[in-house]
Amino acid sequence: MTALSRRKLITGGVTAVSGIAGLAAASRLAARYGLVPPDATGIYAPGHTLTYAAQRLIGAGSLAREFRRDQISRPSYVNGKATRNPGFVRSQAGGFADWRLAVDGMVARPGSFSVAEIRTYPSRNQITHLACEEGWSFIAEWTGVPLSHILDRVGASPQARYVVYQSIEPNWWDSVDMEDALHPQTLVTYGMNGGDLPAGHGAPLRMRVPRHIGYKSVKYLTRIVVTDSLKGFGKGMGSGAAERGYSWYNGI
Amino acid sequence: MAAHGTAEAGRTRHSAVVRGTHWTTALCFLALIFTGANILMSHPRLYWGETGNTHMEPLLILPLPTSRGSMPTSYKFVLKDQNGWSRSLHFQTGWLLVGIGLLYAIHGIVTAHFRKTLLPGRGDAPGSAESYNPSQRIAYLGVVFVFFPLMIWTGLAMAPAFVARFPFAVEAFGGQQSARTVHFFVTVLILFFVFGHVVMVWRAGFIDRVAAMITGRVRGKEKS
Repeated sequence: MTALSRRKLITGGVTAVSGIAGLAAASRLAARYGLVPPDATGIYAPGHTLTYAAQRLIGAGSLAREFRRDQISRPSYVNGKATRNPGFVRSQAGGFADWRLAVDGMVARPGSFSVAEIRTYPSRNQITHLACEEGWSFIAEWTGVPLSHILDRVGASPQARYVVYQSIEPNWWDSVDMEDALHPQTLVTYGMNGGDLPAGHGAPLRMRVPRHIGYKSVKYLTRIVVTDSLKGFGKGMGSGAAERGYSWYNGI
Repeated sequence: MAAHGTAEAGRTRHSAVVRGTHWTTALCFLALIFTGANILMSHPRLYWGETGNTHMEPLLILPLPTSRGSMPTSYKFVLKDQNGWSRSLHFQTGWLLVGIGLLYAIHGIVTAHFRKTLLPGRGDAPGSAESYNPSQRIAYLGVVFVFFPLMIWTGLAMAPAFVARFPFAVEAFGGQQSARTVHFFVTVLILFFVFGHVVMVWRAGFIDRVAAMITGRVRGKEKS
């Protein structure tokens, strides 16, 4: 063995060992600071964790871009047709008068709110971009109540780590961490472009999370659950989409 | 590392870092092209500006079938949706490639690989196994310092949380859809490069050049 190859061997060995030690230390640190997403299982765990941790380290508190009124897409784009779920169709026939949004889990005062009640809460208008993972996008003005206001109203526990939300469509559910749940632009929306939220856009209530790709913005919202663990929800990966191979964190 | 060895057989041509990053990049590129094509097929249209959807005039309609029933194409079939795993693999490969790229860049600066081997003007020797000709150097530098950063940048410009933090990243392109379009066209340019690269390696002696990129050594007599 020549001196050169011995030097290379030692350098290579030291690099490999320190690399592995570095990765192990990084993953322990990420776990300690809550930077590991719930879908960090299987072969895509490193990618999902790097994306989520990097976004949380650089972007906490940042606001999604908002646009001018003349930038609103006209006509607006609807992805497919409104749901034909029987519960939805029945409620829609009655002008959603009987629609309820249940809020429970780690909260002091679990509640169930009508659309009319939600409309009386302090609202926010925002003109934001919605991009689908397919590639299309549009800009619209959304009107709704910040999710943080609803969480305050029910007295969400300071120990909460995630907010899970469910559509009337079975298996259509998702969740966000508290950074997104308490974010001022995360809205429970009921209005779009100055009118009521159209059926195809998720009437009567749709979650809008503008710092995420579109599929985080679940339509036909019926339930919100505050929790400190996602283990009891579905397969514990944080969303129905994550169980179908899509990443849970979609700020990407 | 002796990239400019003497003209004897068995001399070093590529350092271990260059060889390792070369083949890992090649594998990453294959994964990114394949998963990128899967993602593109769910909406094979390109736009300019912030927004793009089927109500709008596209810049380009790609003659591809689609994986979504809501997407009008002239094909009579809809492919299976492959976006879930394609996106996860695309982003994970992106991270790997960023790591590989950083390793390559630091190595290239520290060992003066960029200055000595890739910057045109120094030791240009057309046809030699030790040296690259000027157009080859410009092509390599272009891929490393223009195309690669542009791919990362346009990729991040499509990420809503990233542009919330750094709005300039997307505004520089005039919008999210413009960034998506540039991402596509730079991919096409990289494909042209890869095609040209393989053709040139073939013409220069495929087995010898590929062996040199695997073992790091040049075998046998020089072919000029």
